[in-house]
Amino acid sequence: MSAPSTTPRPTAANSVWPRLEPLLPQVTKPIQYVGGELGAVVKDWDAATVRWALMYPDAYEVGLPNQGVQILYEVLNELPDVLAERTYAVWPDLETLMRAHGVPQFTVDAHRSVRDFDVFGVSFSTELGYTNLLTAIDLAGIPLLAADRTDADPVIVAGGHAAFNPEPIADFVDAAVLGDGEEAVLEITQIVREWKAEGSPGGRDELLLRLARTESVYVPRFYDVDYLPDGRIQRVVPNRPDVPFRVHKRTTMDLDAWPYPKKPLVPLAETVHERYAVEIFRGCTRGCRFCQAGMITRPVRERSITTVGQMVKEGLEFSGFHEVGLLSLSSADHSEIGDMCSGLAEQYAGTNVSLSLPSTRVDAFNIDLAQELSRNGRRTGLTFAPEGGSERIRKVINKMVSKEDLIRTVVTAYTNGWRQVKLYFMCGLPTETDEDVLEIADMAHEVIRAGRAATGSKDIRCTVSIGGFVPKPHTPFQWASMSSPEVIDNRLKLLKQAINSDRSLGRAIGFRYHDGEPSLIEGLLSRGDRRVGAVIRKVWENGGRFDGWSEHFSYQRWVDAAAEVLPSFGVDLDWYTTRERTELEVLPWDHLDSGLDKDWLWQDWQDSLSEYEQDDCRWTPCFDCGVCPSMDTEIQIGPTGRKLLPLTPVNGMKLPTGAQQ
Amino acid sequence: MRFTSHRDFARAFERALRRAGVPVAFSQGFTPHPKISYASAAPTGVASEAEYLEIGLRAEVDPGELRAALDAALSPGLDVLDAVVATGGSLADRIEASRWRIELPEVDPAVLERAVSAFLAADEVRVERMTKQGRRAFDARAAVMSIDVLPAVDPPSGAPAVSCAILEMVVRQVTPSVRPDDVLSGLRAVADLEPPVPPRVIRLAQGTVTAQGAIADPLEADRDGATIG
Ligand code: B12
Ligand code: SF4
Repeated sequence: MSAPSTTPRPTAANSVWPRLEPLLPQVTKPIQYVGGELGAVVKDWDAATVRWALMYPDAYEVGLPNQGVQILYEVLNELPDVLAERTYAVWPDLETLMRAHGVPQFTVDAHRSVRDFDVFGVSFSTELGYTNLLTAIDLAGIPLLAADRTDADPVIVAGGHAAFNPEPIADFVDAAVLGDGEEAVLEITQIVREWKAEGSPGGRDELLLRLARTESVYVPRFYDVDYLPDGRIQRVVPNRPDVPFRVHKRTTMDLDAWPYPKKPLVPLAETVHERYAVEIFRGCTRGCRFCQAGMITRPVRERSITTVGQMVKEGLEFSGFHEVGLLSLSSADHSEIGDMCSGLAEQYAGTNVSLSLPSTRVDAFNIDLAQELSRNGRRTGLTFAPEGGSERIRKVINKMVSKEDLIRTVVTAYTNGWRQVKLYFMCGLPTETDEDVLEIADMAHEVIRAGRAATGSKDIRCTVSIGGFVPKPHTPFQWASMSSPEVIDNRLKLLKQAINSDRSLGRAIGFRYHDGEPSLIEGLLSRGDRRVGAVIRKVWENGGRFDGWSEHFSYQRWVDAAAEVLPSFGVDLDWYTTRERTELEVLPWDHLDSGLDKDWLWQDWQDSLSEYEQDDCRWTPCFDCGVCPSMDTEIQIGPTGRKLLPLTPVNGMKLPTGAQQ
Repeated sequence: MRFTSHRDFARAFERALRRAGVPVAFSQGFTPHPKISYASAAPTGVASEAEYLEIGLRAEVDPGELRAALDAALSPGLDVLDAVVATGGSLADRIEASRWRIELPEVDPAVLERAVSAFLAADEVRVERMTKQGRRAFDARAAVMSIDVLPAVDPPSGAPAVSCAILEMVVRQVTPSVRPDDVLSGLRAVADLEPPVPPRVIRLAQGTVTAQGAIADPLEADRDGATIG
């Protein structure tokens, strides 16, 4: 059989490909810039009225699997008059060549210049992508500052979790959307479509005003921030009539009505995840106090077992993937997770399709689930996140798992054939002492001891993975002070010694940690205000790129930039990070409404300090966090009582329709 | 498709087998692998019009249907041209040589011509390359059965309209393999040929070598009675 391979894809009229292609042999992994994935869509430029460029501001290998971008890409491309293409951060080797040869930031679909699009949507699941945003804007030939842009430039919209506090990038983006994107992008598209049809009256300013008036698109330029003499914010107020005082998050209700991605992107290049991922629910009300994702995505909305089954079937047929990821914030909490896993395992018995649950709470994992996940003989990695080492600190963070639960769960995994389990922890949590962290060593030792006893084998391992805690906006810890990198690093050192204090047990325990310095910078970016934008810009000008990658991240560069820029505002790096905020301080994101009631958050922060635990509103009465009434949403959970039916095996090969034999 | 590494291609191919519903045989063992063997895959960055591979199947299928199903399941740019039922003898044994074309933008054909003459005149041309075993030196001359400078044509699409020299050569399959970039290193070694822009390499054919030194279809032996897709 021969598999020849030169047919060039047709080159779009406004494509930069002819200029880009000669550069590619000179860079690492050129395939990541080529596009042509299965599931990719290339549309006629001239036939589209609204054109979106969507970006995940990290390397292709991380960005391509991103669900958020894939969903929005598909939702937008389903509209006949809309075109959406994707772009990712280019590595510095290509960036240098692009600058030398005048090649702009391009989309991978049809290799068009990002500047040519109407809307440039950027998805931020982490703040560490901010410098990459600046690279992309600059490479695209778009003015860095939103204020300098003209009608020839796209409207830059930020989305994703980090957009719940877009203030640090307020100078660089034109708008931000809080929350779920499916309906938001459709609404934005409609506004752009109408405005263009009317002949673009009032230019860019009018378009942004129309977006702002929806009350769910935040346009930073229409808000003024005043500061107090001590550097704190005095107030944030609209500077235009009929711009809302607060901007509200979007919530997509009824996930069964939005079964995306239907056509997942299947890349030729290797990426971090090669699986068909389906979200089985959104939101989480476990109420872990450090967890921004849990707080800002309330309430819980389940996708039904039958929709999940249908999506998996179609997604696998389309993609050819052999791993299914059942995604959510705490997958084992789905009301029908047992039936879902056993149903899928049954349906794919005898094939090499495997299932994984990326986020599993210790207390929700059980033998049945373990067995379903390992049915096809393949055991994908198991990770549990107790997050805190001591019972006390777990009460502070409201992660209600006991040590006994954890040991029992891990032993279940070992006796079901897993040899390796990962345990996640955080360091630097509010009220934490050295002792809280050192208890992690005891826990790990006991896990190994119990595992050896239960399996009678020495061939079991666990990995302790620990990172610095970063307080996030819209969480009860938004007021908390961060520990300094020195404190964190010292605790990590003590922990490592404690783990290895018993040589036999220590040998079976891997230790992976993120040191305190990057976390401090994440802390600056997470809770920063508009003044932090100047720091981001300085870092970027000094070469900052790919800050999520330890080999590219430079702590010193951030410290130096902060020291250069912040004093003129009367603040400094510590002011943003290690300083505890008071109840009445105006926080930079107070005008951005995640639905959570600020008084409730404060009360939960006080409860945390008194080690008082908060239950889950799925199983206990509502505790008035504020989200459902203010957002007009409700908890949507099963059980539906339905089951997954056996799939009728398809025999024979799938021939293209109309194929000639 | 250029820029695809062999690993990328292999993964894409396995997925396409699943999508197409091809009854692939799996190896025994803890992590079963589909039985596929690739014959001398083209290096990354090289386009190819002639790659060959062998698949072990659990059940007999019609080669024409297999070709059509697989072709439809593969990304555009990866096309399946033909499938035949193997009648014995390993595919690898039948791949004796490859024909390559190298386009060298901004290289003067006359300069190239001189470099090629120098190369041909040499008995041995030592070149070095990083291999999995580390840096190795070997002869790039002996494996080259023929090497010709073609008359210049229009520059490749999109490239600036300056001179572009084109080489075509037939290189025997040897160990360690002599790849087009090794021959280019050889031209640099004998005549200081230094292409200013990265060359574009295309594999045109692979197969058995005829008495006349041409390359013959390696699947010829299997073709009797097989459906040609
Ligand atoms: C899979 C996953 C990963 C994977 C894959 C990441 C990827 N390429 O997508 C890997 C393992 C690589 C990963 C890494 C990390 N992850 Co992660 N990850 C997840 C997980 C489990 C699923 C993400 C997902 O697909 N969600 C579903 C999609 C549909 O949601 P979404 O992306 O938010 O998109 C929706 C909206 O936000 C919005 N939207 C998104 N973009 C845009 C853009 C525009 C313009 C608009 C209008 C709207 C919009 O619309 C979308 C549809 O509604 C989540 C937990 C979860 N369930 O969310 C954690 C999670 C997102 N990860 C998290 C973290 C911290 C990380 C890391 C920073 C960890 C680390 N310290 O290294 C890295 C960062 C990687 C990077 N550089 O980007 C945190 C985020 C923290 C927070 N905000 O509170 C989460 C929430 C986990 C948690 N509970 O803490 N992660
Ligand atoms: S279980 Fe806790 S950490 Fe996980 S998503 Fe829910 S609230 Fe966040």
